[in-house]
Formats: sequence, C-alpha cells, structure tokens
Amino acid sequence: MNDNLRIALAGNPNTGKSTLFNLLTGLKQHTGNWAGKTVDLMAGTFTFKGISYEMIDLPGTYSLFSNSKDEEVARDYIVFEKPDITLVVLDATALERNLNLALQVMEITEKVVICINLIDESEKMGISINEKILMKRLGVPVIKISARNKIGIPMLLDTIDRLIKGNIPCNPYKMTYDEETEMKIEQLIPFVQNITGEQLSARWLSLRLIDGDKSLLKEIEQRLAKKDAI
Amino acid sequence: MNGSKILKLFDANIGDAVRITHLDINGVMRRRLLDLGFVPGAIVKVLRKSPLGDPIAFRVSQTTIALRKEESTKIEGELVSYE
Repeated sequence: MNDNLRIALAGNPNTGKSTLFNLLTGLKQHTGNWAGKTVDLMAGTFTFKGISYEMIDLPGTYSLFSNSKDEEVARDYIVFEKPDITLVVLDATALERNLNLALQVMEITEKVVICINLIDESEKMGISINEKILMKRLGVPVIKISARNKIGIPMLLDTIDRLIKGNIPCNPYKMTYDEETEMKIEQLIPFVQNITGEQLSARWLSLRLIDGDKSLLKEIEQRLAKKDAI
Repeated sequence: MNGSKILKLFDANIGDAVRITHLDINGVMRRRLLDLGFVPGAIVKVLRKSPLGDPIAFRVSQTTIALRKEESTKIEGELVSYE
C-alpha cells in the first residue's frame, strides 16, 4: 500500500482533464481533441506543500449511469476505490450539461472539488461565471482555471491542500427527489446499510436500486464476494 | 417569424434552432439523451443530414451529436429561429 492521497479527475469528454493531469503530474499523457481518448485509468504523482498525491485520470463521461464501459470505469473508481478527493473538471463553455455530472459525483462522494476549466475560452465567448455563487449553491469549492494557459492552478492546489487538512468544509448539495421517490429511499436505506455497511453511500445505492441499475448490482456482488473470500 | 411552431427534431430543417419541450422516450435512452444535453428548455441546432436523411447531426451544448430517426422523431420542440 502506498500512503499517497488519491485525487480522481472526472469530467465530460474533452474538458481538459488530461491537460490538467499532465500539467500537475509532469507526465506526457497524450491529449487529443476527440472523445473517448482516455479509456483506461492513468495515474501520476505530484507533491504539494510536502504532501504526496496520486492523481488518477478517469475516462471522460457525460454521466455515471453506466451506458458504456468508460462510464462504468469512472463510476466504479469513484464508488469503490473512494479517492480522497474527486476533482470534477467542467467545461466553462457548456456548464449546463457539465454540471449534470458534477451533481452525480456529489451524490456519491462528499469530498468534491469543482474545477471550471477553459475559463479563458468562455471569457472570449462573453460568458462570465460567478464561482462564489456556484460555491454557495453547490456546497463544495469551485475554482476557475485554464489548464492550457496555467491560470488558477496555485489556487486549485491550495484548495486541495486546505480540503485535505480539513480547513474548508465540504457539504455537497443533495438533490431532493419527489415525495414518492424520497419515501422509497427512506424505506430502502436500512436494508442497504445492512448489506454494505458504511462503506458506500446508502442513499445513493437506494436510488440506483429504484432506478434498476443492474450493472451496478453485479459489480457490488462481485466485490462483496471477493471480500468474503479474503 | 413563427416562434411557437411545434415540431419533431427529425422534421426540422438544416439551420433550424429548436427549443426542446418534450422527450417521448423512457429508460436508459432517455437518461442518455438528457446526459448529452437534450433536456427540455435546451436549444438544439440542426447542423447536417445524412444523404438518406438519417442520422441527423445536431449542435447541443457546444457539442455535435448525431441522432437516429428512432430518437429524433420522439423529441419535440418549438422552432426558435431558422436560416
């Protein structure tokens, strides 16, 4: 086991995750302007203020609801490998669609930092983003950056450092569903907790059960079986 | 300009901008379309059509996405502008 803190990079395809990854880790992972470039997990390391981090570049996805292999890879990493921080990289020029993924990640894990990339591009397009309001509404740190032009990177690293040391709170906004769904979640949570204990978010798992997410159930079954075998 | 004309995405012409009002699709495909940005309220532009008219490429949320007839006939919206 290594004792590096793990940071997972999540985000829509083509939002600059790999550019940020290369910038921070100093690696030269291939970046390209097409979807599906990152199919496997890539890991690199960097050190900031005496703390070693391992950074994992997840495949770019629009969602974590397992429509495809890369979504499963990204979801499984966040759900089961539990990175210390999940850094969600958003495209400043298409925030609406990008925030969809951010909300999904925030349902799974508490320790989320949102990183709005391509901020120079969006400013050119006349889009201005008020990250303070976003931060307030989402309950997690929101940092504007440009990975390509190295804007906002010190701020991002500092935020990660402060979050790890517990100096900034992280209370991700939790989506409230309609009454019927919320009632069913309430009913399911005790059963889910009975099986998986505290290791996974019972609320999120209950939601996936209601949604009938079979691929997730299969994954959990396999992982629980492995644990029992040990 | 007729701003309140309701049409299916499949029936829109190249250059049309359509504000989505309704998706008549359920399950995984609905989820997928929503994830890609085909959400009610979003404005979608018709970019180009295949020689046989299927699939059709749309511009949605800064990305080009092609949809088959099966999906684009089930998404409705109002015509916002046309070229």
